[in-house]
Amino acid sequence: MSPPAVAGSKVRRDARDAIVIRFSGDSGDGMQLTGTQFTMEAALSGSDLSTFPDYPAEIRAPAGTTFGVSSFQIHFGSTDIMTPGDELDVLVAMNPAALTVNLQDVRVGGLVVVDTSGFTPRNLAKAGFESNPLESDLLNPYQVMPLDIATLTAAAVADFGLSSKEALRSRNMWALGLMLWMYGRGKQATVDWLQKKFAKAPAIAQANIAALNAGHAYGETAELPEHLSAYSVTRADLPPGVYRTVNGADALAFGLIAGARSVGIKQLFFGSYPITPASTLLHALANLRPLGVVTFQAEDEIAAICSAIGASFAGALGVTSSSGPGLALKTEAMGLAVSTELPLVIVNSQRAGPSTGMPTKAEQSDLFQAMYGRNGEAPVIVLAAATPADCFEVAMEAVRLAVGHMTPVILLSDGYLASAAEPWLVPDLSGLPSGSVQYAQPTEGFHPFKRDPKSLARVWPTPGTPGVEHRIGGLEKSYDTGNISYDPDNHAKMTKARAEKVARVADDIPLQEVDVGLDRGRLLLVGWGSTYGPIHRAVLQSREDEGLDVSFIHLRYLNPFPKNLADLLRGFDRILVPEQNTGQLTAILRSTYLVDAQVLAKVTGKPFMVSEIRSAIRATLEGGQPS
Amino acid sequence: MTATSPLPLKAKDFATDQEVRWCPGCGDYAILKAVQKVLADLGVSRHNTVFVSGIGCSSRFPYYMETFGFHSIHGRAPAIASGVKLTNPELDVWVVTGDGDGLSIGGNHMLHVLRRNVDLQILLFNNEIYGLTKGQASPTSRRGTRSPSTPFGSIDPALVPALFALGAGARFVARSIDTAQAHLAETLKRAHAHRGASFVEIFQNCLVFNDAVFEGFTARDTAADTQLLLEHGQPLLFGAERNRGLRLQHNSLTLEIVTVGENGVTEADVLVHDQTNRTLAALLAGLPQPAFPMALGVLYDHPATTYHEELQAQVARESEVGPPDLESAILKSNTWTVA
Repeated sequence: MSPPAVAGSKVRRDARDAIVIRFSGDSGDGMQLTGTQFTMEAALSGSDLSTFPDYPAEIRAPAGTTFGVSSFQIHFGSTDIMTPGDELDVLVAMNPAALTVNLQDVRVGGLVVVDTSGFTPRNLAKAGFESNPLESDLLNPYQVMPLDIATLTAAAVADFGLSSKEALRSRNMWALGLMLWMYGRGKQATVDWLQKKFAKAPAIAQANIAALNAGHAYGETAELPEHLSAYSVTRADLPPGVYRTVNGADALAFGLIAGARSVGIKQLFFGSYPITPASTLLHALANLRPLGVVTFQAEDEIAAICSAIGASFAGALGVTSSSGPGLALKTEAMGLAVSTELPLVIVNSQRAGPSTGMPTKAEQSDLFQAMYGRNGEAPVIVLAAATPADCFEVAMEAVRLAVGHMTPVILLSDGYLASAAEPWLVPDLSGLPSGSVQYAQPTEGFHPFKRDPKSLARVWPTPGTPGVEHRIGGLEKSYDTGNISYDPDNHAKMTKARAEKVARVADDIPLQEVDVGLDRGRLLLVGWGSTYGPIHRAVLQSREDEGLDVSFIHLRYLNPFPKNLADLLRGFDRILVPEQNTGQLTAILRSTYLVDAQVLAKVTGKPFMVSEIRSAIRATLEGGQPS
Repeated sequence: MTATSPLPLKAKDFATDQEVRWCPGCGDYAILKAVQKVLADLGVSRHNTVFVSGIGCSSRFPYYMETFGFHSIHGRAPAIASGVKLTNPELDVWVVTGDGDGLSIGGNHMLHVLRRNVDLQILLFNNEIYGLTKGQASPTSRRGTRSPSTPFGSIDPALVPALFALGAGARFVARSIDTAQAHLAETLKRAHAHRGASFVEIFQNCLVFNDAVFEGFTARDTAADTQLLLEHGQPLLFGAERNRGLRLQHNSLTLEIVTVGENGVTEADVLVHDQTNRTLAALLAGLPQPAFPMALGVLYDHPATTYHEELQAQVARESEVGPPDLESAILKSNTWTVA
């Protein structure tokens, strides 16, 4: 969900209002598909939801290993769901490795569904178990449902003439069927999806549907403990309208197109190079080529951004996308876009670094790179998206600012946002602005660096227009003519003009609003990016459950900051900045505003839990340092 | 050549008011002059013409052309030019690069722009040296080149640009010489006429750091014997008497020099140039120097569908079946309504 403008929605913590399920198994067990289908069914049944796909970087890690475990977590329910959930109500573990990796996240009393067929001596050994945990005390704090899903699946698909290996592949659909039954979700969308996906292999489609139905029927006919069916989840109280689920990558793709349309740019040019976890945006936009988007899979990260710069020079809106290592390669070209003052949107789906780091794990550790990672004085606009759906609005905003101010804009997303999904109230596109971009026309005294006196944005003359022929490049140019200039005073003037141009963007963005709480008090939490959900939830709960004097603001605009940010920060005794790095925004706030901001750092590659932030709020208010 | 059509602009109309800052006597002046003349001869408009360059001496070129120009960053001109062309295929886009810019730091982009067949004219000024950084050996420097970075002689084998281009899948590969104004102009016109990526290597003399490095085949008094001027459909003959030619040795798939009229050799033994034969183009591009003459002119010209044509065709096809607008693309997923 987009960050709400006002605080204070009522919190209900009745466990039956919301459920957290994690499907977990080998990376070849189809857990991502299972989770995605559950998400779709939950959404179609009217739940609010948030998901957290978590998978290894290896495409097919060795079977049965802990590092090969692939999981998909979904938090769904009738309340305002903002995070994938701290603790699991249900863990579906397809093998011992999945059990050992995830068991610590299951709440005491939670349900653990295990496929016992995977608990072979070999798999137990790979997961580090000396004896079978199903026969030990390990699972005593939980409710355990041991099922031989492999055998149950094999029986269900016996009529379709599949090999035992093929039959076994439907285990995930059996487990999905059981979970859909348990939480009263439909299964028709999954049946339709299977028929479409396996249209060319009807036997496989039928076997998967049979497994799904069998899992569902098992729930109905098997005599399950009574308390399990107590989890009936009512519909969420969402605003009226048409919904779909959306992940960050799709929302960015739609937002970029909508943004170009709303500023009147006919062509969006997307130059990109495959990299995890940013490739999903390339995939999403490549599928939208029929809408006039030119997607260009370049030979490398540098060509990706350079082709986008060339496109902007020619009058399109150039967009490029990558993750941290790719952004590093684009650095010099970003400087060229700064120097030539061309509009450009650069999307960074951040992942854990340094270097290759952990490609599939999210981190917010590229803020310094976005702010400062170029040679010379090279300021750019920096924005960050808060939720998957927010990616749509932030992408539109990035386009608006890039074109309006003739400057590169870095849009920070991350691996979590890119693949996490949530319900999205489909926006009414007819209500979008319909601007018309102004390309430069020949005028008296035309030169390519003539500036708007208010914003300092330069004109945008494009090839094909008679009378505005000009040359630009990365060499310093004269403020007054745009020609090459090595004049010392001119360089100082141009350096200042480029900085001032970006600084004046503050006049063109909304003032910072307080997300939760008041605009002054004892403690302010400042967030940015995908930590929005857990911080928002934690601050709400701290205020309502504990009556703590804590407020929350979440920054979309990181450079320049909103004009009222200084006043907001100074209205609080203490400032705590939860971020998935070791304190990058914290350092920027300290150096910009001379305030004593403290970081709550998390660099595990996992999202913040609500409980972690609540503990830090308590510790900070009690005078201690957050751990 | 469009001798009968009116020429709205003269060569000088393509010159800017900027002071040209190459060293006196640099081969780049001659190339600039030839390009300005060619544009005037072609009757193209300034506003539809774009010059994109990277970094290096040659890459200053756009500042001196009264057209649109982009002096970009080292090696990246092909990528920037690709973005320009794909955004507006109506534009006539030229890339100006050098041996260091185009084949060292930008080698990857050169490879891919050629294989994709983006409709650009790519002029590679080859002076076999890094000029702007004061004389280091480049990828085309001959082995043993002594330079500030290779004081004891370079040990890297030299790259043959035309062979590289053919290997990358270029559909047009040509060569000319900075001072051979008529030949250069004609070659540039051929490049311009070719639909798709046209790769033109121009031997360019660096007076300061690598003077006379091409003298072996550019010296006027010996040119007849050291230059093989290629013409499609004509026998591969050279020499002052035009009696020396290239014959294919079938058992080794190599070329040998023969003299017509000697040892029973007739003109029928001499290979005829076929600009659509890629294998022949590679043999000509790789003729060992200085044992063989330098093959000049159009080595290969065999057009294929260009990148933007493929792109436009695909988009047209997919637009008939794909979502008609953003609204329907968003609603393509499963949706539900909350009342």
